[in-house]
Amino acid sequence: MITEFTPFASLGGGILIGLGAVILMAFNGRIAGMTAMLGGALAPRHPESPWRLAFLTGAVAAPFIATTLGADFAFASPTKGAVLAIGGVMVGIGVTYASGCTSGHGVCGLARLSPRSLVATVTFMATTLATVTLIRHGFAG
Amino acid sequence: MTPLRNLLSALAAGLVFGLGIAVSGMGNPVKVLNFFDPFGTWDPSLAFVMGGALITTAIGYRVIFGRRQRPVFDATFHLPTARGIDARLVGGSALFGVGWGIAGFCPGGAIPALGFAPWPTALFLISMGGGMLLARRLQALPRRQTA
Repeated sequence: MITEFTPFASLGGGILIGLGAVILMAFNGRIAGMTAMLGGALAPRHPESPWRLAFLTGAVAAPFIATTLGADFAFASPTKGAVLAIGGVMVGIGVTYASGCTSGHGVCGLARLSPRSLVATVTFMATTLATVTLIRHGFAG
Repeated sequence: MTPLRNLLSALAAGLVFGLGIAVSGMGNPVKVLNFFDPFGTWDPSLAFVMGGALITTAIGYRVIFGRRQRPVFDATFHLPTARGIDARLVGGSALFGVGWGIAGFCPGGAIPALGFAPWPTALFLISMGGGMLLARRLQALPRRQTA
């Protein structure tokens, strides 16, 4: 399925993602990493959980409110059912062991020039590329 | 107790972040997967998302750390202290990438997607939560002495 190349919306959205990370560091002194954020949601008594849940609430609410006001965000999930669930479990295990994902390592960590985050980002970008290439071109030929 | 102002600033940061994910296309699995398909239906948009987010964050962090000794609503900056590059980091990242390539969702893309495409985003998030809990159990097991 072809998707439209959207350089301006994607750049603008990327800048907003960065602004969200900058606001969280400026006011709360925290890294905007979704792995740690979701860890907070899974451990509700942790002292860090309240602000993490507040961030997550905002992250879900903004697109919901925008959609209610008439915005239309393109969405299609080619992966369904059990395969999607297997992918989800792999993501959950992987980001927990890696202590971070695209936001924590790929954005915040690289912005701090962290060698750990550079290794993590190069690794997951490479295996994602390999996986998509194998699924789309490797099996069916 | 977390002060209310800290919750409100985290909420505001989340709102901006979530809107950015939705506008950028990072919460759209087919668009994400197309970025990783240069030999097929390639869509380079994701490079603009990552570039915009990274440059904004790098400049913003530099300004914050250059001008302030502490964040506005806290006594210190809470920065990661881990330094080592080990098998957990590399293996975990590699497994994450395989899952991302299968599902098209990463954690930061899936959370905001819940706000505009609840299904099948919820299925992904529940599965991912299960994987996170499983990994925590495994990490809590006593480890063999390596010394």
